[in-house]
Amino acid sequence: MSAMSATAAASEAPPDYNEDVIKKFTLATVFWGVVGFLVGVYIAFQLAYPQLNLGLEWTSFGRLRPVHTSAVIFAFGGNALIATSLYCVQRTCRASLWGGPAFANFLFWGYQAFIVMAATGYVLGITQSKEYAEPEWYVDLWLTIVWVSYLVIFVGTLMRRREPHIYVANWFFLAFIVTIAMLHLVNNAAVPVSLFGTKSYVVWSGVQDAMTQWWYGHNAVGFFLTAGFLGIMYYFIPKQAERPIYSYRLSIVHFWTLIFLYIWAGPHHLHYTALPEWTQTLGMVFSIMLWMPSWGGMINGIMTLSGAWDKLRTDPVLRFMVASVAFYGMATFEGPMMSIRAVNSLSHYTDWTVGHVHSGALGWVAFISFGAIYYLVPRLWARPRLYSVRLVNWHFWISTLGIILYITAMWISGIMQGLMWRAYDSLGFLQYSFIETVAAMHPYYVIRALGGVLFLAGSLVMVYNLWRTIRGDLRTEATMQTPVRVAAAPAE
Amino acid sequence: MKFGHHIFEKNVIILTIAVLITVSIGGLVQLIPLYTMEQTIEEVDGIRPYSPLELVGRNIYVREGCYACHSQQIRPFRDEIERYGHYSLAAESLYDHPFQWGSKRTGPDLARVGGKYSNDWHVAHFVDPRSIVPETIMPAYPFLATNALRFRDIADHLRTLRIVGVPYTDEQIDNAVHDLQVQATGAGDVDAVLARYPKAVIGSFDGDPSQVTELDALIAYLQVLGTLVDFTVYEPERDFR
Repeated sequence: MSAMSATAAASEAPPDYNEDVIKKFTLATVFWGVVGFLVGVYIAFQLAYPQLNLGLEWTSFGRLRPVHTSAVIFAFGGNALIATSLYCVQRTCRASLWGGPAFANFLFWGYQAFIVMAATGYVLGITQSKEYAEPEWYVDLWLTIVWVSYLVIFVGTLMRRREPHIYVANWFFLAFIVTIAMLHLVNNAAVPVSLFGTKSYVVWSGVQDAMTQWWYGHNAVGFFLTAGFLGIMYYFIPKQAERPIYSYRLSIVHFWTLIFLYIWAGPHHLHYTALPEWTQTLGMVFSIMLWMPSWGGMINGIMTLSGAWDKLRTDPVLRFMVASVAFYGMATFEGPMMSIRAVNSLSHYTDWTVGHVHSGALGWVAFISFGAIYYLVPRLWARPRLYSVRLVNWHFWISTLGIILYITAMWISGIMQGLMWRAYDSLGFLQYSFIETVAAMHPYYVIRALGGVLFLAGSLVMVYNLWRTIRGDLRTEATMQTPVRVAAAPAE
Repeated sequence: MKFGHHIFEKNVIILTIAVLITVSIGGLVQLIPLYTMEQTIEEVDGIRPYSPLELVGRNIYVREGCYACHSQQIRPFRDEIERYGHYSLAAESLYDHPFQWGSKRTGPDLARVGGKYSNDWHVAHFVDPRSIVPETIMPAYPFLATNALRFRDIADHLRTLRIVGVPYTDEQIDNAVHDLQVQATGAGDVDAVLARYPKAVIGSFDGDPSQVTELDALIAYLQVLGTLVDFTVYEPERDFR
């Protein structure tokens, strides 16, 4: 009898959450974020000033561009997703991580090793040159081991949950982990030339490889950069706003329609190519349909603030999160529009696509991550609050200005280049040579790079703020609503 | 929950399986017919696997990430056809492992760059692009002209490609090193190389036959791009998809 009550008492005690590994993933997120933004700024300047390629093997745009994309997607985004998903799954299941601290540490160091192996490979010229799937076969194999570990830890924790229901954020995290595993294995199927060499040949070729690649590539966006980050939205926005999710039913519809429709959207990257037209049409139709679940999710996120809108004025962390969902809504409107074949004929191959990606990557992915990091750090390190809320406000506005410079410059240069390519003079000849269109891009490439500098600067403000927070410092500062109160105060 | 969603919310295994089924459908519908429908890839005369030198050159193209700025896929628009040539056919990338269609044209499309510029133009342009085109933003690749080409294991590359479906013959694999050296220098049994790889461009591409460099291979690859199909006799109606 006493033994039974002791067991019952133990099950009531708060579980021993593994926060140590969350701390590591959070710090890695910040570190790789800065690295990724820095490389991005550098290659942006290379496009404006080609001398910055330095004429060296290891520093040309072609080799550094995958360093940038992998650093921001897989290193910054990936660490942010693992940190938040492992934090969320423990809290919402009231269970510690399955497999214990050692397995979690293997996941951490294994994932960082994947990043380092991939990035050093690119610089040395070891790449498959499949967009967003550049790592060669040995790195792919290593990532497979690490990713299966992640799946096992996540599902294992869900199975030992002490809550009857699996929380909605975890559905999204689970779909992200499972689908990325599927995409990774199929798209990277390859035969190495030698077991002791780095070179391999992918088993798919030509038009089939193109379809497989963009099935992978678009769903890296759909599941890595969308479903996973929607998991962050569904946990951290309600927590920060201290309001429940707007609609439970909407979240169910959102989840299943989003994951079903997204997987079809890949062929919109291949409009007017040698891919058969029926496949292109399917890709276009499903991309347009995808607008609906995307905006359903956006509404669910933003409307969670019902009754708490005033917090946007006083809580810049929440503002990061809500602005990110607004950017998500904008990017998921622009995307379906660009997937329409007639629009795509103009936008494809131009900077418009690059701008579109960055409104999603900077506005949505990075902003929701910043919000989650600002939420996590004081809690993980047991500080009463962030070092400075006002610095979060600075970070927000510097970064937002950077994004606006970036995406407007890319809209203008992209549409301009698309129009210049197809312009005819009165005699029926092509009006512009290709190099004239390149020269016309220069001012916009400078503006874009400056936008990147601002975004990077904002992230450095965050680094300073987090460093002081972790040290245990609290900045003496007026709270965010004080100026309004002071102005309204009667004279005495 | 009258519509019973709790089944998914209370059982991890059922949720995982349901997710896997949901995310598999789109890919299966779009991918499998591309392998089973004969109309996917046209039957066109002239398409052949890359010669050993072209293949090594292509691997340098892959290594340097050229796809980040150059597409190899001409769309069927009036302006693109006038600028670059006949729109691209699926058959033209039949032996491309991986495909290099690209997604961005910071530089021009290269699907039909073969024969458009001389070897000398390419050499000067790779070593110092701005000496040829002042406004260009392409990186300079002077190291390609000095790096000796590594090709001793070229037969293994052909063998590996045969595993993934490129129809290299035993003769082509046995002669791979020989064919590469002949194509890169113009010295030796040129006729045999041309018999095995019709339309291959032969000669010392960088003007220095004493050493086979990475630049030789890369230019050999660029010079064959888009030249294999004879569009004066190609009838698109016959391959209408």
